[in-house]
Amino acid sequence: MDRPEPPYDEMYAPDGRVRPHYSAYSDWLVRQPDDALRQKRVEADSLFHRVGITFAVYGEQEGNERLIPFDIVPRVLSAEEWRALAAGLRQRVRALNAFIGDIYHEQDILRAAVIAPEQIYCNPQYRPEMQDMDVPGGIYAHIAGIDVVRAGPGEFYVLEDNLRVPSGVSYMLEDRKMMMRLFPELFALNRVAPVEHYPDRLFGNLASVAPDGVADPVVVVLTPGANNSAYFEHAFLAQQMGVELVEGQDLFVREGFVYMRTTRGPQRVDVIYRRIDDDFLDPLVFRPDSVLGVPGLMSAYRAGRVTLANAIGTGIADDKSIYPHVPDMIRFYLGEEPLLANVPTKVLRRPDDLAYTLAHLDELVVKEVHGSGGYGMLVGPAASTAEREDFRLRILAAPEKYIAQPTLSLSTCPTFVEQGVAPRHIDLRPFVLSGREIDIVPGGLTRVALRAGSLVVNSSQGGGTKDTWVLED
Amino acid sequence: MLSRTADHVYWLGRYAERAENFARTLDVQYRLSLLPHEAQSDGVGWQRTLATLGFSNEYAERHDTLEPHHVIDFLAFDRGNPSSILNCLRMARENARAVRGTISSEMWETFNSTWLEARANAPSRFSARNVAEFVDWVKYRAHLARGVVLGSMLRDEGYHFMQIGTFLERADGVVRLLLTRLACEPASTDGGPVAHDYYPWSVLLRALSAFEIFRRVSRDSVTPAHVLAFTIFRPDVPRSVYRSTSLVYENLQAVRNTQSAETERRAGRLHASLRFGTLDSVPPDSVEQFLNGVLATTADLSERIGRDFLGHSPAG
Repeated sequence: MDRPEPPYDEMYAPDGRVRPHYSAYSDWLVRQPDDALRQKRVEADSLFHRVGITFAVYGEQEGNERLIPFDIVPRVLSAEEWRALAAGLRQRVRALNAFIGDIYHEQDILRAAVIAPEQIYCNPQYRPEMQDMDVPGGIYAHIAGIDVVRAGPGEFYVLEDNLRVPSGVSYMLEDRKMMMRLFPELFALNRVAPVEHYPDRLFGNLASVAPDGVADPVVVVLTPGANNSAYFEHAFLAQQMGVELVEGQDLFVREGFVYMRTTRGPQRVDVIYRRIDDDFLDPLVFRPDSVLGVPGLMSAYRAGRVTLANAIGTGIADDKSIYPHVPDMIRFYLGEEPLLANVPTKVLRRPDDLAYTLAHLDELVVKEVHGSGGYGMLVGPAASTAEREDFRLRILAAPEKYIAQPTLSLSTCPTFVEQGVAPRHIDLRPFVLSGREIDIVPGGLTRVALRAGSLVVNSSQGGGTKDTWVLED
Repeated sequence: MLSRTADHVYWLGRYAERAENFARTLDVQYRLSLLPHEAQSDGVGWQRTLATLGFSNEYAERHDTLEPHHVIDFLAFDRGNPSSILNCLRMARENARAVRGTISSEMWETFNSTWLEARANAPSRFSARNVAEFVDWVKYRAHLARGVVLGSMLRDEGYHFMQIGTFLERADGVVRLLLTRLACEPASTDGGPVAHDYYPWSVLLRALSAFEIFRRVSRDSVTPAHVLAFTIFRPDVPRSVYRSTSLVYENLQAVRNTQSAETERRAGRLHASLRFGTLDSVPPDSVEQFLNGVLATTADLSERIGRDFLGHSPAG
């Protein structure tokens, strides 16, 4: 494959020299024998098993829990890089929340013809039930996971906004704990910004959006149950916040309020950090066959008796068909120029974008608008001719279901693999908390594609994670 | 506390204790089967063990003959037996996992690693051939689990429900162990020391970690009557029936709610009957009947606790 420039490497400059913010780590790394590192990796695996930091795999019986591979080489960001990134994230999330509020109220952005109405009304993520309903503080996406990659000569691009039930923050926290346990000396050599206070901030953030007039709100985490792939994270966050982890069957609605069943009778619930998709939340309004949700929840929500985080209907803003318009939203709502770039995206419902894409299938990544988790996409340069032809037919059948982007050469970071330390492609998911104010703990979750050359970092497709360091000045 | 959480914690306590009780039961029978004079009647001992634990039918469905190593395998390792020790450890772990957000991390990690180690070692290291080693390991892990509960768990309702589960199960397990022994050789509560009583009843004491205590606090010789009185009525013996039911009563009072008065009264009545009872007040031929009465009460309490506190009825 024709690749004029090697990808941006997080640790080494193109001339082979170590970037300044990596120097302390690099000096340490060269002194470590491979065997010692290998030993540490084994130790990490056994600790993760004991602590039960696992994700469930559907359709398997006993032992249906797997580890997400953890890489012992951290991803390091300088204070300066982080400041710029964080400013861009704040700006973006402010605009996204403003957009969702606008869509469910006045719809100024549609009247200004910045976004076409059919993109909202024909989108299954639009929830008419939310129309004209006010939510506390006007906040919809209380917890946002913004996927960021670095490409070309080192510029950051937003790849995807996750505004429904973004996951992964528990791995950010556990990866840090693991690094501090395996390599305590590294934290004496580097001033790494702490992340441990995330659950505290999350709790404060959730409590701040309780319904009006509730002084000491009862916050709960709502999980689909122990068989869900992210169950560990749900339990972890509930425990770290010191709140109850509830399932749908533990909650009920009576006279407009939400209660949980306790050993001492019903107890009022004010804020629900729900880790269940919109569709399953209330069988009376959404999917009638859902056994995960709470009948009547939507009516209590609409009456302002309970806060859901994230709000219902946030999917309208993180859909891939809406993604290309986020820079316009930032200009429209904030009157600012975007600080973080979008990946240049072809929207195949536009005829000229469609024609261009079909002519360049071997260079582009084509994604289904409603796909996620690395499924339903074509990576042009890596695909076979047959796969490309198959996708061409699928696109032609329904062009509005697809977008296309250039194949970004994601940045690489040294990673400890079978052969020793070698570069692997990475991305970054920082977690942005929006309550009365916006809060981001430094860093986020770095995901790494462990197979050489692979650009797919999803854990469902063989990706791993790394600790993410933001160095303090 | 969420009713569902309380339910899981209660069963966590029960399964963890059941694994230990079964290990102790297995220990007794295994040691007795090594005795020369027991060798010919060996089958009877294993048969009685299965019967008092309530497993005769399940066992018969899986094995045609009463081979000691089959019984050991069935009680300890059989994945098809829902109450095998291995499955109890798994169920304890599953219940802990369901409430890992509520119990301490150290507790979860202890129950999790117990199960992981059991799974990794059965059947290579843990098997019917190494039953003594397995029993020791289960007891050791139980000591560890008890320690982590004592040392890291918040003393709230969850703790009380776990204690209730633990001590109901313990009372039940100890009573069954005594019933097994009585079924093997009916006690003559009025007789003096008999040499061949000594070994089985001292084994029973050892299995309850009570042999040294018996020696230390009692001048009595090891006879069925003395051991029965000691293991049923002593307030200071950790695994005595009285002590177990007394702790059930105590913890029930701590979680009292608007509908639990009758349950508390029944637990109190059981507590009182043991607190103020003596073996002398039980007719010699009615000891088994008395113990079966205790079993019936613990079963009744278990059902009532489920209804009063742990149920999922609409009123919450």
